[in-house]
Amino acid sequence: MFDLVSFIPRAIAQSIPLLLGCTGETLSEKAGSLNLGIPGVMYVGAISGVIGSFIYEQSCGGNVNPFIAIMIPLLACLIGSLLMGLLFCFLTVTLRANQNVTGLAMTTFGVGFGNFFGGSLIKLTGSEVPSISLSATSHCFSKALPFANDMGWIGKIFFSYGFLAYAAIIIAIVTAYVLKRTRVGLQIRAIGENPATADAAGINITKYKYFSVCIGCMIAGLGGLYYVMDYASGVWSNDAFGDRGWLAIALVIFTIWRPNIAIFASMLFGGLYILYLYVPTGGNMAVKELYKMLPYVVTIIVLIVTGMRNKKENQPPESLGLPYFREDR
Amino acid sequence: MNKDIPAVQMRDIRKVFGKVVANDGVNLDIYRGEILSLLGENGSGKTTLMNMLSGIYYPDGGQIYIDGEPVLIKSPKEAFDHGIGMIHQHFKLVDVFTAAENIVLGLKEEGKLDLKKAAAKINQICSTYGFDVDPNQKVYNMSVSQKQTVEIVKVLYRGADILILDEPTAVLTPQETEKLFKVMRNMKYDGKAIVIITHKLHEVEEISDKVAILRKGQFIGQLITKETNAQEMTNMMVGHEVALNIERPEPVDPRPRVRIEGLTVRSSDGVLKLDDVSFYVCQGEILGIAGISGCGQKELLEAIAGLQPIESGTIEYIEDDGSKENLVGKDPLEIAAKGVSLSFVPEDRLGMGLVGSMDLTDNMMLRSFRKGRSVFTDRKTPRKLAEKVVEELEVSTAGINTPVSKLSGGNVQKVLVGREIASSPTVLLSAYAVRGLDINSSYTIYDLINKQKENGVAVVYVGEDLDVLLELCDRILVLCDGQVSGIVDGREADKNSIGMMMTRLGGDA
Amino acid sequence: MHISKRGDISRKQAWAIRIGAILIALIICGIVTTLTTGLDPLGVYGTMFNGAFGSERKIWVLFKELSLLLVVSLGLTPAFKMKFWNLGGEGQIMIGALTTAAIMIYLGNTLPGPILMLLMLIGAVGAGAIWAMIPAFFKARWNTNETLFTLMMNYVAIQLTAYFIIIWEVPKGSGKVGIINQSSMSGWLPVIAHKQYLLVIVMAVIVTAAMHVYLKYSKHGYEISVVGESQNTARYVGIKVDKVIIRTLILSGGICGLVGWMMVSGTDHTITTTLSGGMGFLGVMVAWLAQFNPVAMVLSSLLLAFLSRGASEISAIYQLNHSFGDIITGIIIFFIIGSEFFINYKINIGKKDAEEDRKEGSDNV
Repeated sequence: MFDLVSFIPRAIAQSIPLLLGCTGETLSEKAGSLNLGIPGVMYVGAISGVIGSFIYEQSCGGNVNPFIAIMIPLLACLIGSLLMGLLFCFLTVTLRANQNVTGLAMTTFGVGFGNFFGGSLIKLTGSEVPSISLSATSHCFSKALPFANDMGWIGKIFFSYGFLAYAAIIIAIVTAYVLKRTRVGLQIRAIGENPATADAAGINITKYKYFSVCIGCMIAGLGGLYYVMDYASGVWSNDAFGDRGWLAIALVIFTIWRPNIAIFASMLFGGLYILYLYVPTGGNMAVKELYKMLPYVVTIIVLIVTGMRNKKENQPPESLGLPYFREDR
Repeated sequence: MNKDIPAVQMRDIRKVFGKVVANDGVNLDIYRGEILSLLGENGSGKTTLMNMLSGIYYPDGGQIYIDGEPVLIKSPKEAFDHGIGMIHQHFKLVDVFTAAENIVLGLKEEGKLDLKKAAAKINQICSTYGFDVDPNQKVYNMSVSQKQTVEIVKVLYRGADILILDEPTAVLTPQETEKLFKVMRNMKYDGKAIVIITHKLHEVEEISDKVAILRKGQFIGQLITKETNAQEMTNMMVGHEVALNIERPEPVDPRPRVRIEGLTVRSSDGVLKLDDVSFYVCQGEILGIAGISGCGQKELLEAIAGLQPIESGTIEYIEDDGSKENLVGKDPLEIAAKGVSLSFVPEDRLGMGLVGSMDLTDNMMLRSFRKGRSVFTDRKTPRKLAEKVVEELEVSTAGINTPVSKLSGGNVQKVLVGREIASSPTVLLSAYAVRGLDINSSYTIYDLINKQKENGVAVVYVGEDLDVLLELCDRILVLCDGQVSGIVDGREADKNSIGMMMTRLGGDA
Repeated sequence: MHISKRGDISRKQAWAIRIGAILIALIICGIVTTLTTGLDPLGVYGTMFNGAFGSERKIWVLFKELSLLLVVSLGLTPAFKMKFWNLGGEGQIMIGALTTAAIMIYLGNTLPGPILMLLMLIGAVGAGAIWAMIPAFFKARWNTNETLFTLMMNYVAIQLTAYFIIIWEVPKGSGKVGIINQSSMSGWLPVIAHKQYLLVIVMAVIVTAAMHVYLKYSKHGYEISVVGESQNTARYVGIKVDKVIIRTLILSGGICGLVGWMMVSGTDHTITTTLSGGMGFLGVMVAWLAQFNPVAMVLSSLLLAFLSRGASEISAIYQLNHSFGDIITGIIIFFIIGSEFFINYKINIGKKDAEEDRKEGSDNV
């Protein structure tokens, strides 16, 4: 029997890093910046939080103040991701470098950065613990709503998550609203579609690109933080985050650049990711890898179908990936 | 506002792009309650000058004053702040946005984005001036004139009181032009300062109070329209009395070479570009094509060259022995394979005819690189051809290894024409062959085309200067809105009747 | 401050700027190393150099890595020259490797050596070609965004590999395929002159020369350049753009597939999901750093191979995590990417000197 009550919470827990990564990348792509550094940014966000939290936990010897235990990794994560965003913008916007090359370099760098500090943090700080296990911090991050346990399956499906999960959904809704309904969103979308027009309309392209990409990176960084602090219970292991960053980029296409759709689509992707645990394959481990392939296959299908139907609203932002220089002629 | 102080004064403006001086020593006064025509030939620097006023470019020298105050306009935003709004020739609209979204884009209004309120204000502007805009229509669903209307409403919405219109009539029908002029007069009575960029004299006379004339980036003078006449303006625009004296040999043995029947072409977005066009062109003659820009010339040539999908009609190539070859549905390669030697000098030289980043040799190779069985390209022959073209057409270049994008417009055109005639074609199609060229280069091109004609080539010459068409061509086909408005004899027709045919089918009043 | 496009810059100047950027990056890397690890930066560079060139064996490994990376980059280059962003190198390598491994496992001990080798080669190249041809077809036909498409194809290939690894795993439950045909060495690339990697290196040299000639002197190469510069011009002279896109991507993917074969048959003799190890992406950077010039790519892949080898030596000697190399690679690439700006643009501070401006000239208008 397919156990929905246990499946849905796990699918949702899987979906949160994807949703945050996707929301961040959407914001960036809507402004015309194809940031392929997002997987790296998510690693940097995660490890920055881990470093902050590790130092804090080591210094206070297990007696953590919940508020500080949350704020330190949160701030560290946001700062780390912001720096990555600034780097991408400086290279691609200010110095007009190729976005694809810059993004890939950022992913190489970011994943390396995460794994290096993840693997060397103990040695570098001279601590005497066998592995990075931030259970105290993780406890603060994954604390469910107090009444979740009393509400049976409803509580389990809707209220059993740490605060970052709810934050992710709120961030996605807010981002969707900002992009669709506000002046700032209109201007960001105009830059992504047609920067020359936006420029002629008096919009400061540099400012908005920096804004979108940096905020986008910070949102994506939170996805990394959620993964390590909540999903992985504060245990860092190298490469465990895997290809979720790329899956987040796939999700952007799958949701045709709409973060509100991404809330549900990420759950679908998250579900596909763990579906193998719930379908009776008789312990056939190989099949699970095929299930993991599904999100990418459906994304490709979405990409193809929207391309064929050629409905303008569903296309990638027109100037996605292209640099802009006013006096180019 | 003091009407005696010009809304805008431009003094000694200079702008350089690389080696090309686009504007030098330009002075301009724009007053409120007046319409100023900025007149000049293509490439005389009109648009560049206005782009500096609207913040797209930054001048390299000189000073701009707004209401007597010296200002620096560093960006389009700062131009808005000074009340300057420009309607560009190439519309600056976001395709996937609605009219209303485009109009409010970039505005710094208080409060949250309220598209309903914006739509109401747009409707109000429209009813005041008689525009027809649906605020909720997506731009990609609009016709060209609708897009232009959105552009104008956008500027009005912002409350601009200095308006610049860059060749607004080029894409409009006569009725739409009339409507536009009415609006412009309304705005003028409203006390707005208006600049219209144009190269059409009758428009200058019809709409403007004053006219400023540019020639090759230089400021020539500013006149009061009523006190001048077409002759004087033309002289100032072109620099000397128009006496072209292009040689025109009689066609020898003109037999039809290409016959087109009922040609109908639609653009990819479904707009009818050519409607039931029928004509023929003979070997040894030059057939001119006249018409307002964008009324099907480009599609006509591309259809013959095999670059444009055809909805219906036939294009027949007639061999010397009278046998016929249908070219419809064939791409350039298949046409060549049929033994039809067809050369095409397209309008967009660096975007279609040549590859800007490649050198002269490699560009010569574009036509010939397939020759021979070898998998490798033969660079010797094209190099020789490049050397020959450079020598015979006096192309000024550092060498044949220079990328063509580094050459000046005239030299680029010589390279392109040189290559196209090198293959000794039987049909030569040319679009705006002298656009942007100086007088000397233009004459070189006329000579080349005439030489082709004498060699028995059937030449189709799309031009915009009626004087040239009348002196160069044996027959002139006039297009109006994708239809054949008439075909006249180049030796007998006069400018007026062709001008009439361009704006009205058949040319009758 | 005002930024404008630079017209001409001599090759010498451009390389001076690039080398300057690398030097600054090395200094920054030194500082970063010292800050994070407390090691002496000069000592670290000494160790890196030692790691790359320290012994005959190390040099062979360096050249093996250089060769693999170089061939990937060469494979991606024709696509990039055509302005087709093939970010699917990773997947094309994997699918080539997977095909090679499948043939080795299923037919390894049944077919005679040369036929097996030929079959593996054709299979790997063909699989890579198909993997690249799919996005190319949709790009040519419906203008589907190829950057995103090829990116997604990577993970389809990786998951496919993961699937087969579990089917083939030895022993069951280990999640590893292990060395394929270890005892019979069937399907292993022969060792020539007693040097294990020599044949791979020789192949890289051949591919480099062939690609250089192909791009520079062949009709196909010329068509690729024209399509890349202007599709309109290409149509105007009768080049079938769709055909060129698909044909070029078959070549591009085929060469990436070849790398998969070189790795499984020639160097690793096994398959893992991380076999390509980011080479498909690293290759993008190598090709781009060399401005798509096959000969210059030898240098840029040498740089990256050196960094990777050197950094793994550092990790070993100082007991640091092996990912240290990725950080240093990242920093150096950032600097080179940034330096391109100073090659293509110039910054005019304050009011421009008009006289100088006229002299400089540019390709505008």
